[in-house]
Parts: sequence; C-alpha cells; structure tokens
Amino acid sequence: MDRTPPGDKLSTPDGWLEQHGDVLYRYAYLRLRNREAAEDAVQDTLLAALRGRQQFSGASAERTWLIGILKHKVSDYWRRAGRETPLDTDAEEQENLLDLLFDTTGHWRTAPSPWNDPDAALEQSQFWHVLSDCLAGLPPAHARAFSLCEIDGLEGSDACKVLDVAPTNLWVMLHRARLRLRQCLENRWFQRQPTNDA
Amino acid sequence: MLTCKEVSALVSQSLDRRLSWRERLGVRLHLFICDACTRFKWQMEFLRRATQRFARGRIEEVSLQLSDKARDRILRALKQD
Repeated sequence: MDRTPPGDKLSTPDGWLEQHGDVLYRYAYLRLRNREAAEDAVQDTLLAALRGRQQFSGASAERTWLIGILKHKVSDYWRRAGRETPLDTDAEEQENLLDLLFDTTGHWRTAPSPWNDPDAALEQSQFWHVLSDCLAGLPPAHARAFSLCEIDGLEGSDACKVLDVAPTNLWVMLHRARLRLRQCLENRWFQRQPTNDA
Repeated sequence: MLTCKEVSALVSQSLDRRLSWRERLGVRLHLFICDACTRFKWQMEFLRRATQRFARGRIEEVSLQLSDKARDRILRALKQD
C-alpha cells in the first residue's frame, strides 16, 4: 500500500477518523439506528476512501467527500437487509394495524387527540429520545422505508429502487409508519404533557 | 364521501406525491367536517417537521460518539489495508 504522505488537500486516514469519525458515525447511526452497523459503515467508508483517495478531487471538502461514500455504504446496508427480510413479512400485521385504528365503516376507533403546542416539543431534548425510541419500534420494513424517505431524504423513485417496491407499496409502508409513529408520540409524549388549563 | 381511513392514507400520500384534483377535493370536503382527520393532518405535518429536524442533527444533544473500542478497531483495519 502506498504510504506516501498525503497532499495538503487531504489529511491522513488517522486524521479522517480523528476529525470526521464522530460526524460519520452520527450520520450512519441516525440512518441505520444500530450501533454495530453504523460502526461498520464508518469503517467501510474509511477503507473505501483510503483505496480511492486518488479520486478525491479536492473540489469538495474532505468531509463532504467522506459522507458521499458513507451514503453509498448506508444504501448497501439497506439493500442487504432488504434481501434478508422479505418486505411482505409484516403484511399481515399491517392489516391488523388498520383494523386496530379504524372500525369496519372506516371511522377512527379512537380519534387522534389534540396535541398541545407540538412545536414546543422540538425544543426539548427528551422529545428526541422519545422520537428515536418510536422510530426504533417500527416494524423493520416500515422503519426502512420511513428512514430512507424522511431521514435520508431519498426521492421516492430512489427509495423504490433501494427497497425494490412499486410506488404504491412505498406509500402504503410510509402511511403505516406514520400512523404508528403518530400513535407512539401521542402515547409517549403528548398525553404526558401538562395541558394549558390556566 | 371518503372515510377517515381513506383520508388518512391520502393525507399521508400528500407528503409523498401530488394528489389528483379529485383526491384533493375529496380530502378537503372531508376535513371540512372532520376534526379528527384535521388533527391527523396537522400531526402528520408536525411529524415531518420533527423528522427533518431530527435528520439535521439536532440529535447532537444526545452526544453520539464512536466508542474507543470501535475507534481502535477501525484504526487497525486502516493500518492493515
């Protein structure tokens, strides 16, 4: 392996880990929500960067370049995970979710309750722990769809490719994920907040 | 008239694609008379705001860091390569 000192535009791999390790890890963790998978993604990213460092143009900042590689590693992870757990495993459970929330005439069994000043929640660190827990509690296929589209910011058409599903399937998965997240936030956050009764 | 179940699906899809005018009209008529679905719609919009902020790394408060163990392992892997 070529160990020549890097040019002034690119620091050493040790330096990458030092300077960008936590940022890369955070990026990966937020998308994969799994410590080991996130650590592996960081390692794979730095290895790929080391092998491909000739291709670093210097035009983009080093961190942007590394995050670009990491994005691919995250997609690879989902693609592998997609093969390991077929998407329709929780199809049955999805039906149950709708039956749980809506009666046979299509009305809410329990209407969504009013949330008191939801945007104030965004200022409280504890809220983010609750949201994180709610995301982790989603069925795997829904979590994957939601994470790709809403957290990773993939376009619908790209998410469909990664998940290997038709757009209508994706919309169904996102709908179920949102119903579940809504319920989870209501139970675990909004119903526990004091109301404004002067 | 659309049911709440159908409206909840369309409200969700409105975040993912542009609804047809027919769908938009159906949703609007339903929301006009249904408080539950109106709240649902607001909550879906809130969920998106929250998730986007979550994605942007407000989570830094949670202090996610690579553990020393992972750091050592990665350094070793880099050296071996």
